[in-house]
Amino acid sequence: MSDAISALQGRTTLGEVTIRDAGLRGMITLRGDLSNTKLRAICKKITGQAFPEKVKIAVDSEAGIAWMSPDEVLVMVPYAQVTDAVAQIDAALAGQHYLAENVSDARALIHVEGAFAREVMAKLTPADLHPDSFGASDFRRSHLGQVAAAFWMVDADTFAVVCFRSVADYVHDLLVASAKAGPVGVF
Amino acid sequence: MLTLQCPYCGVQADETDLHAGGQAHLKRHGPGSSDDQFEDYMFVRENPKGVHFERWRHAYGCGKWFLAARCTATLEVFGTYPAQTTEPPQEIRDRISAKRPGWTWGDFA
Repeated sequence: MSDAISALQGRTTLGEVTIRDAGLRGMITLRGDLSNTKLRAICKKITGQAFPEKVKIAVDSEAGIAWMSPDEVLVMVPYAQVTDAVAQIDAALAGQHYLAENVSDARALIHVEGAFAREVMAKLTPADLHPDSFGASDFRRSHLGQVAAAFWMVDADTFAVVCFRSVADYVHDLLVASAKAGPVGVF
Repeated sequence: MLTLQCPYCGVQADETDLHAGGQAHLKRHGPGSSDDQFEDYMFVRENPKGVHFERWRHAYGCGKWFLAARCTATLEVFGTYPAQTTEPPQEIRDRISAKRPGWTWGDFA
């Protein structure tokens, strides 16, 4: 098999707020009844994370579960384990109504790191990113500039952004422009 | 700017996160209906200055369709509720009645 490479091929733009390609990440779109105990159990088993409440994410370094919609979660695992993880889900949910698809290569993961990362993000999305309403374990699907994106906070000064691979270049440049323009001083 | 709360994920969604879906609570008239009924279903829409019920989709968020009651003149939002609803919930109607006494919309009041 050919070697997989991330959309941005490791592109990183250093600055007060650094925009960094976070590399490859195993991502599985899992749709089904989220109250199904088998579905919750297999997600926990694969990721080692507790099943998140709505609009929340449970994530630890590379493994995690993000709430995407009332019938969808995004299951994240290290890239090398994704095929095995899908197989485990298929085995656990055989005969039930669900969909599990490996979407790792359709996505890009970008980290926004720095003191005013929150403002770099807030300038580009209509989501309320005030520290009182968006913090650790919050997960939001919205848009950045012209394109759909989902994001959460890795730590107090770092956002992780997931977007479609085809728009990774646009999102990177957009975040770089927002970072270069400097802080606004609102938060 | 219009901000609607998605009843499925509870997110305060900005208008740019949403997709407008036209008038809510349409009754479909298909095969077996009269020409007048079908014309009503296909072409005739409310166009009020005031209380209005609309379909919206949380397109950039959870992707679900929902219904919203709002005022077209002031953009005041009276409430949002799931799309699996054939008429506005009593709670929403009460809220509208408190602010717009005597309101009517289609067959609802």
